[in-house]
Amino acid sequence: MYNYFFTLATLALKKLLNFHLPSLTCLFEEKLVPLQTFLEMYIRRLTYLLLVLCATSVMAQRESLDSLAHTLTLDEVTISARRRDEPVVPVQTLQGERLEALSTQSVADAARYFSGVQIKDYGGVGGLKTIDVRSMGSNHLGVFYDGIEIGNAQNGTVDLGKFSMENIEQLSLYNGQKSEIFQPAKDYGSAGTLYIRTRRPKFDNNKRYNVVVTMKGGTFGLANPSILYEQKLTDNIHFSANTEYTYAHGRYHFRYRKVMPSGLVAWDTTAVRQNGDVNTWRAEAGFFGYLPDGKWHVKGYYYDSEKGIPGAIVNNVWKNSQRQWDRNAFVQANFTKTLLTGYDMQVNAKYSNDYMRYLNPDTTLMYIDNSFVQQEVYLSMAHRVKMAGAEAVVPTWQASPLSWDMSVSADYQYNTLDGNLANFVFPERHTTLVAAATQLYWKYLRLQASVLGTFVKDKIHQPTLTTPTASAQKPQFTPAIFFSYQPYLKEELFLRAFYKRIFRMPTFNDLYYTDMGNISLLPEYTTQYDGGVQYDKHFPKCLLSDISLKVDGYFNQVKNKIVAIPKGNGQYRWQMMNYGYVEIRGCDINASATFALPADVCLVIAGSYTYQKAQDFTDKSEITYGGQIAYIPWHSGSAIANLRWHGLGLNYSFIYVGERYHNSANIPANYERPWYTHDLALSYDLELRQLLHEHKHSLPRLHFALEINNMLNQQYEVILNYPMPGINGKGIIKVIF
Amino acid sequence: MHNRFFLLVVCLSWLVFSLCSCRQEEQINSKEQEQHGVVQVNQVAGFYLLNEGNMGSNKATLDYYDYSTATYSRNIFAEANPSVPKELGDVGNDLRIYGSRLYAVINCSNKVEVMDAATCRRLGQIDIPNCRYMRFSGKYGYITSYAGPVEINPDYKQRGYVARFDTATLQIDATCLVGFQPDELEIVGDKMYVANSGGYMVPNYENTVSVIDLKTFTEVKRIEVAINLHHLRADRHGMLWVTSRGDYYGHPSRLYCVDTATDQLTDSVMIAVSNFHLDGDSLYIYSTEWSYIEMDNTITYGIVDVSTHEIKTRNFITDGTDQQIKIPYGIWVNPVTKDIYVTDAKNYVTPGTLYCFSPEGVMQWSVRTGDIPAHFAAVEK
Repeated sequence: MYNYFFTLATLALKKLLNFHLPSLTCLFEEKLVPLQTFLEMYIRRLTYLLLVLCATSVMAQRESLDSLAHTLTLDEVTISARRRDEPVVPVQTLQGERLEALSTQSVADAARYFSGVQIKDYGGVGGLKTIDVRSMGSNHLGVFYDGIEIGNAQNGTVDLGKFSMENIEQLSLYNGQKSEIFQPAKDYGSAGTLYIRTRRPKFDNNKRYNVVVTMKGGTFGLANPSILYEQKLTDNIHFSANTEYTYAHGRYHFRYRKVMPSGLVAWDTTAVRQNGDVNTWRAEAGFFGYLPDGKWHVKGYYYDSEKGIPGAIVNNVWKNSQRQWDRNAFVQANFTKTLLTGYDMQVNAKYSNDYMRYLNPDTTLMYIDNSFVQQEVYLSMAHRVKMAGAEAVVPTWQASPLSWDMSVSADYQYNTLDGNLANFVFPERHTTLVAAATQLYWKYLRLQASVLGTFVKDKIHQPTLTTPTASAQKPQFTPAIFFSYQPYLKEELFLRAFYKRIFRMPTFNDLYYTDMGNISLLPEYTTQYDGGVQYDKHFPKCLLSDISLKVDGYFNQVKNKIVAIPKGNGQYRWQMMNYGYVEIRGCDINASATFALPADVCLVIAGSYTYQKAQDFTDKSEITYGGQIAYIPWHSGSAIANLRWHGLGLNYSFIYVGERYHNSANIPANYERPWYTHDLALSYDLELRQLLHEHKHSLPRLHFALEINNMLNQQYEVILNYPMPGINGKGIIKVIF
Repeated sequence: MHNRFFLLVVCLSWLVFSLCSCRQEEQINSKEQEQHGVVQVNQVAGFYLLNEGNMGSNKATLDYYDYSTATYSRNIFAEANPSVPKELGDVGNDLRIYGSRLYAVINCSNKVEVMDAATCRRLGQIDIPNCRYMRFSGKYGYITSYAGPVEINPDYKQRGYVARFDTATLQIDATCLVGFQPDELEIVGDKMYVANSGGYMVPNYENTVSVIDLKTFTEVKRIEVAINLHHLRADRHGMLWVTSRGDYYGHPSRLYCVDTATDQLTDSVMIAVSNFHLDGDSLYIYSTEWSYIEMDNTITYGIVDVSTHEIKTRNFITDGTDQQIKIPYGIWVNPVTKDIYVTDAKNYVTPGTLYCFSPEGVMQWSVRTGDIPAHFAAVEK
């Protein structure tokens, strides 16, 4: 019954929007239709639309509950529903074909295409990769996996290189927070948020299962098979399981070369990157359930890896032997339901257990064999009440009637860390987060405001004391306000601005790491001011069919920045202190154009550009005062050109990172040259059914892809002394049953 | 029509950008020169300053100050040795001149770089893992190393050693096992003293000085002094001054005195020592101690008279410049003019500063150095 409505509704909507609307808009554009006729048509269609919406209120409900609108796979619907929310908070999204065309190996590789983002990449398949949004530091980015944050209470950093792009459906990066008030309190708790969404089961027509078998292989000895299995257990319960194995020996040639001022070669040396091997196994399984007025989702995740840490390449040392083992496991669940008309509730829960072992087996150095276990328990409840007005899902070309929502959410989180270090204090942390938010849509105006209260209590077990010591951080209340305005109804032009103040708590390492931690640390604050404009336009029946432009200017401050200060007597002894102060002035630009060329050729060109002036204003007496902070280029950007013809796709992408310094002392000795890579990927989708002119459903679809990365074989480093791979390639075969 | 034009503009601008963005080749580091101080002509021609560079940064660099022209030259190694890949290396730990040669111990590059003391040209290298400090006697050079013999044994604790190399061949011909993680060493007559730290064994630090008979090159004795020993210096009265880093908790850093005639611990001075320099009977000391109460470093600049074992001053910087120095890291005194040189390593990752003080403790000049300026070697005519 339910599915029947779903199919019916989507078909109807597709028909309406796809066939009638573009022509309608086009006619309107060219002013060929008298306004009255247009309005008549418009109202008629709108009534039809409303009828459809009513008939499928079940579906619409689900739609509204999930702002990302993924259950409706038809783009037309998705877009009109999604755009309602989009401009309130600046968002960048990579999904679907565009994401697949980029053919990136890890989440970090894909995130490079976002503007305002700097990636810290230590190179290779298994190298640490973190991202830094708008120069506030990677600790200020919240990373959410299928809706729930991935925590790291130990050091606050999430290694995005660990998250493979296999089975990832969508990546969204929000500055500030997600444009949604019906969410857990944690979602308000970071200066920037990255949402990683894995594929949800969806079934064509009468299919009850999907199987996708993928094999990737390439340079660095990469062998990366994976299997996805999805089953429609009942109409309302879907099951999905996915597993992946990654092996790579991780060796690649790198070359260092310097020239004399005269241009003559001073030295030129090539070596092989060693100890970069990776051996990883990942498995995920989940159930997705749909209720009349809600949905639920339970998933388990397991990741097990052993890898070499290739280390810094310095004079006389071309090989290192450190190893790292990780084992991450979590189970998480979400339950969302409309309890009464205008009252929604969701519950989220998670338990995670992360093990990490670091080994330095080199006895000429300090022998180290440390292991740590982190555990996290997380519970969250969020409520939303509609105070006034109707459902917010209204097409963009219509002014919103008044719609006012309020929400309250409360989260509780418990973290522990065990380790085998000397004088370890086995910290525990209780965090309570309470958020209140409101959202107002009225005519051309959208407004969102939230306030987050954070209450943190730590407990440590001093080796000398029998009873644990408790300490509480001062309660923190941090606001955020987002605003967007659409000056012309018929144009998708939005002006927007936001202000957000948030902080990151000192991590367990900052506070309690043996000898280095500082128990009296305060949170590190960020304040963001952003103003921007977004414009989208569709030109029907034109060669240039769509354009989109987003421009944002911002000013950020990072106060009480937690930095390591040398202490005392003896080498490499540090103390964590609230010391730094950084100001960031920047501008992010995203533009894209879609061309509907003759002969069914579709061309998409997209570009992003980032300007950042991120200055260290910590100490007036130092050479670093006013200097551009480490590894932040003034100019960076990316460009993508994607050409598609039937099943054939060609994707070109370019990443540019301009000159920078590896330290905020901007002197020639710290200068880092710009680097840029050109990547090319060719893909082909083959429908065996069509090829063989048979109509058996059992015949699979095939997908082939070949990619060449860093085509010009540029030798570069993102981080000083960590050489990146030169030209490299990958092949992918995917069989979809 | 305008669409085609748009497409053309996109393609053209791309082409222009691609052509313009040709990547420049990376040039070797050129030395930078600045004038500081006044010209001095005496038997000290100048001094080298070795900047350690933070671990993993490969930024150990050499600076040189020339008294005859009052010129400070920064980062001179790469220009003097343009064909050496990856320059001087990672973490400089000691710098010595012996004969006509300059030796730089580069800890994380596992080598001693051997250069001509006049030109800084590279003559060769001695490979030795995790090397720390060096001294010379006769035709031999001696280097301490944290790296013990490589064994596969889970309970293995690695003892350090002293390696002996022939200065003519630059080959290591003998090693002598000492305590855990040996740091500085000193030669007095036919005996060598080695400060064992045990720095990798926290909290079970070493507390002994090893005594090695140079003739047989074997350890003959251990002298119990204090935990976590670091520097050693012999004075002209037959005393060996030994520093203990302490354990950074209950045991503070201290200065100890060992009589080399009896090899007995004879005295201690109530002053913390991070590093020192002995000139005549004056032991110039600085110390940086972390205070958990003030959450800051307490810094002392003292002079101990080695003939009387008394502290002459606890602040030899008299003009208030000490307030500007964040982390003093290197110290040296010109044997002729008695000018005092102190370096500031700041936060270890940004360029440091070298300060020159008059014997009265008044700042004469200061100059920017490389990262973590630390070790001096005087060039005498």
